[in-house]
Amino acid sequence: MWKYILKKLLLAIPLLFGITVIDYAIMSLAGSPLDMLVGPRVSQGTLAARAAQWGLDQSFLNQYLHWLGEVLRGNLGYSYKSYQPVSELIGSHIGPTLLLMGVSMVLGLIMAVPAGIYSAVHRYQKRDYAVVSASFLFSSIPGFFLALVLIYLFTVRLGWLPSSGMVTAGVGGGALDVLRHLIMPALVLSVGVAGGNIRYIRSAVLEILEMDYLRTATAKGMGHKIVIRRHAVRNALLPIVTVIGMQIPTLFGGAVIVEQLFSWPGLGLITMNAVLSRDYPVIMGVCLLSAVVVLAANLITDILYALVDPTIKY
Amino acid sequence: MKSSKYRPIIRRFCRHKMAVFCLALLTVLILMALLAPVISPYSPQKPTGQFNQPPSAQHILGTDRIGRDMFSRILYAMRVSLLVGFLATAISTVIGVLLGLVSGYFGGAADKIIMGFTDMVMSFPYILLVLVAAAIFRPGMWSIILILGFVDWPGVARLVRGNVLSLKQTNFIKGDVTAGMPRRYILFSEILPNTIAPVLVYATSVFAISILDEAALSFLGMGVQPPTPSLGNLLNGAESLSVLTGKPWLWLPAGAVIVLLAVCINFVGDALRDAFDPRNS
Repeated sequence: MWKYILKKLLLAIPLLFGITVIDYAIMSLAGSPLDMLVGPRVSQGTLAARAAQWGLDQSFLNQYLHWLGEVLRGNLGYSYKSYQPVSELIGSHIGPTLLLMGVSMVLGLIMAVPAGIYSAVHRYQKRDYAVVSASFLFSSIPGFFLALVLIYLFTVRLGWLPSSGMVTAGVGGGALDVLRHLIMPALVLSVGVAGGNIRYIRSAVLEILEMDYLRTATAKGMGHKIVIRRHAVRNALLPIVTVIGMQIPTLFGGAVIVEQLFSWPGLGLITMNAVLSRDYPVIMGVCLLSAVVVLAANLITDILYALVDPTIKY
Repeated sequence: MKSSKYRPIIRRFCRHKMAVFCLALLTVLILMALLAPVISPYSPQKPTGQFNQPPSAQHILGTDRIGRDMFSRILYAMRVSLLVGFLATAISTVIGVLLGLVSGYFGGAADKIIMGFTDMVMSFPYILLVLVAAAIFRPGMWSIILILGFVDWPGVARLVRGNVLSLKQTNFIKGDVTAGMPRRYILFSEILPNTIAPVLVYATSVFAISILDEAALSFLGMGVQPPTPSLGNLLNGAESLSVLTGKPWLWLPAGAVIVLLAVCINFVGDALRDAFDPRNS
């Protein structure tokens, strides 16, 4: 078992390096951050000094190696814009994003798991078609459009929910206040999560329903409900665990747009700002973080799978 | 001969009433987009009435902030969005199919490198890649087509690779290899036709996703640029509170068209999956 985990870990490392190289290359192509400084009051000398300070006068390879060396020493660099350390910037914005993503994922699964199982158990009946149609609708609504509709309904028309930020300015604070701000962005993201997952869970359960051991269980005279609950659902949980890991990149992508719309003070918001102002160290920090999270999620999924499924050899 | 081969597929497709209805609706929408110059009552670019007018007999979906007819703009926007979706899907499908064929058929080092690269692209937050890419190239219709096309291929590549791996174990391919058929023939005349159906089904979902992504990027101002209308940038104005609250005709119809297109494409794709599956006869 340990050998298997070690092997997976060793395989993940070159992947992580590869991702950072691609990130750095794409970003360098995006243009120089110096362009953002140019103005009537900025002299050529200041620009050159900045370029030297940020190491932009060096070759791409040197810049990358320098960045990599600093990262290995635990230094993610400083934002070009706010001069804050990137690790501090990420640290102060990661909380809201984790909260948003976590709540959305849980909410999405709460919608998707029962719906998917219900749909599979009633295969080819009207109820099944209704659930599948709903899931197609869920995954066809662009997040930003749903966000606009929700803001229109709940903020503008009904005045029930605030549409921006995480706490009310001035009087802010308190779990209830955060919760009120969280409802709409989390709903938008979780609808996307539910849309894809309903069909996935449905097909996972369907596959298990055709297994011999289910037929045996039914043949032994176990009730339909017990068969579904004890055998089908438990075994379907395995593929469900796997998709959770796969969804992190998509969820983060959704968070970037949703945070923008609801001014949610998370990583998505600073990422968008960093992309717009070519703040290299911040972009690289976020990319590195997301790559690590995704690879770690994949690794945990693989290990869980190997632990649960005895047919996997390692 | 040919028609008899497709008849069971068409019959199975038609069992999905919702999909047949969606296909009809999709056909109407695509025709409307293609015929936009003929059927749109006004020019999409020139002001033709008073500005910010709610829907009326002259302008059935109202006018925008400089007096352009919204119905005409939506027709032209549909053209742009469908074109972006179609071309992006075509590009990513071709890339994915080629990489998947090579990876699955040749195996070994080529397979390891291609699949490693695929894993990398897949574990990257998609939107980050697109945003950074959109920041490199001047935003516009053609760059958005290329960006989406070059980002969307990993799924297809994996799908094709898996199919090739299982096809390689079949007797007819083994027979080809034994008979010393040229590689090009085996790959493109034997393996490729047998993996077209799942690729086509997958491509429909990529088509829907591309339309949604174009809309999201254009909405953020990093996709198709005004004055060229696209379904995403028509919604852009709704970020301002006065448009959102007071002028729903400026954003609701465009959003509804996006949802309608994506839902219809997804339903048709789902029915195709069922129709192509020979187990469902």
